[in-house]
Amino acid sequence: MKRNALTPYMFLLPGCAILGAFIFYPLLQAIWLSFTDYNMITQPEFIGTENYNELFKDDLFWKTLIQTIIYLIGVVPALIILPIFLAILVNQKIKGIGFFRSAYYIPVVTSWVVVGITWEWVYAEKGVLNYLLEVIGIINGPVHWLTSEQTALFSVMAVTIWKGLGYYMVIYLAGLQSIPSNLYEAAEIDGASKWQQTIRITIPMLMPSIIIVTVMSSIAAMKVFEEIYIMTGGGPLNSSKTLVFYIYQEAFESLNMGYASAAGVVLFIITLVFSILNLKLMGKKENVA
Amino acid sequence: METPVYTKRQTAIAETRPKTKLKTKRTVKNILVYLLLIIVALGMLGPFLWLLSTALKSGHENIFSYPPKFIPESPTLTNFADAMKAFPFWTYLMNSTIVGFLTVLLNVLFCSFAAYPLARMKFKGKNIIFILIISTMMIPFQLLMIPIYILSLDLGLKNTYAGLILPHATTAFGIFLMRQAFITIPYELDESARMDGANSFQIWWRILLPLVKPSMVTLAIFTFVMAWGDFLWPLIILDDQSMYTLPLGLNALTGLFSADWRLIAAGSIISVLPIIIFFLILQRYFIKGATSGAVKG
Repeated sequence: MKRNALTPYMFLLPGCAILGAFIFYPLLQAIWLSFTDYNMITQPEFIGTENYNELFKDDLFWKTLIQTIIYLIGVVPALIILPIFLAILVNQKIKGIGFFRSAYYIPVVTSWVVVGITWEWVYAEKGVLNYLLEVIGIINGPVHWLTSEQTALFSVMAVTIWKGLGYYMVIYLAGLQSIPSNLYEAAEIDGASKWQQTIRITIPMLMPSIIIVTVMSSIAAMKVFEEIYIMTGGGPLNSSKTLVFYIYQEAFESLNMGYASAAGVVLFIITLVFSILNLKLMGKKENVA
Repeated sequence: METPVYTKRQTAIAETRPKTKLKTKRTVKNILVYLLLIIVALGMLGPFLWLLSTALKSGHENIFSYPPKFIPESPTLTNFADAMKAFPFWTYLMNSTIVGFLTVLLNVLFCSFAAYPLARMKFKGKNIIFILIISTMMIPFQLLMIPIYILSLDLGLKNTYAGLILPHATTAFGIFLMRQAFITIPYELDESARMDGANSFQIWWRILLPLVKPSMVTLAIFTFVMAWGDFLWPLIILDDQSMYTLPLGLNALTGLFSADWRLIAAGSIISVLPIIIFFLILQRYFIKGATSGAVKG
């Protein structure tokens, strides 16, 4: 029976048209715009690498880049490690465990606007966090979590971690459930303690999930925007501004489209290098396994 | 060779430990587990409960009291009524629902279209097309949003549903997910259907799609939550308040009533309810879905 040679392409057409129009074409245009001066009113004017020269001289660009990296270093390890313990906790076969799994997942489905408002209220000067910490004796007076230069970035980071816990917990949970139980039975018989079983069996067997979580959480950390827009607006004194926030402001508040595109290209290159490194790592692990 | 040793040791353990002692040990362990589960649950839900408590406090009560009061003195629903008056909740809910629903529909359709030949046909350029599709996952939307914004203005998509939906109408994640689902189906099914005279579209629609329903549900749920919570793109493409989705509407409400925390708290609780209900109804698919999407099958 002869098949129409065009059939596969017909099926691919709608999806690829969308990806082409809203990813590949914009990608090329963003790269082109990064070499132009464009303010949305007059036509783009080609200025060579001027935007990049400006960018690398801009202190605020470097500040936001460094803060993005701090964000990455702070958030990613926490989101790799903490959800493992959560997953082990909710993997217990006891009554009512479904309720707890759902409860831990609720921050994931909640929109950033609601989460941001909620935490603004928790972080308030006379809010519940200051009160609790004072009762335990960790702090003496109220801390201005979101409005002081020293704490703003870290306070937002904590919320990013909090909102992500449930998502990665579920990925680990699936990983845990695919570990054959006879491994634990054998270890039990050999007299291995629970802790030894975790270190020797659970963690190594979870390696594929750990790599996935690493890739996903680091790509996500690179794009942090909503939590900052809602909770701090990048302040005080730019102390919680990330690269993506900087791009947003340059593009849509100052209308420096060319300049913002150059910053976007830098973000893209960093993401690309990161992803390739991660994929290499993933490839290696797969070969080992 | 070692088997007898095991049984010996095991029976020895069983004999030395009376059953009741084992039982109390298990109860103690269970109590500890529950305690830990509850502490973590308080950490995850506590912030929302604190917001809810504020939303329930009446106008006479000082919401800035220190130490904070967790239980409202005289709980009231007036803040919720006021919030509903302060922002057109139903309009925003309708916008969010339309955008969420259509984004899901197009995604499920286009992704399962595109995934079919990638999983089950041989054709020229298959590998390169697949690699190109997957590589889009690494391109940050924040780089693209400037050209997409310019493109959307040119196409007249500003302040339209199409403008909100089209940029997210297909995702590499979705195509990948559906391809993984199609690959697992035995190939003989296609062949025998083809013998019976079915064409490719009929095979896709009548035979394959019913078999990949779980993956479609997963894709639908994740797309819906993504579209529902999206903030950055609507913020850019919308400036007409009547087109606002719930997150944007709530954001505008906090800007307008920044001093009135009772109202803001009530508005937040109202706007989070629909997605929480959606989640609670479909929660088993969430747990299943996160895993099938993330772990390479």
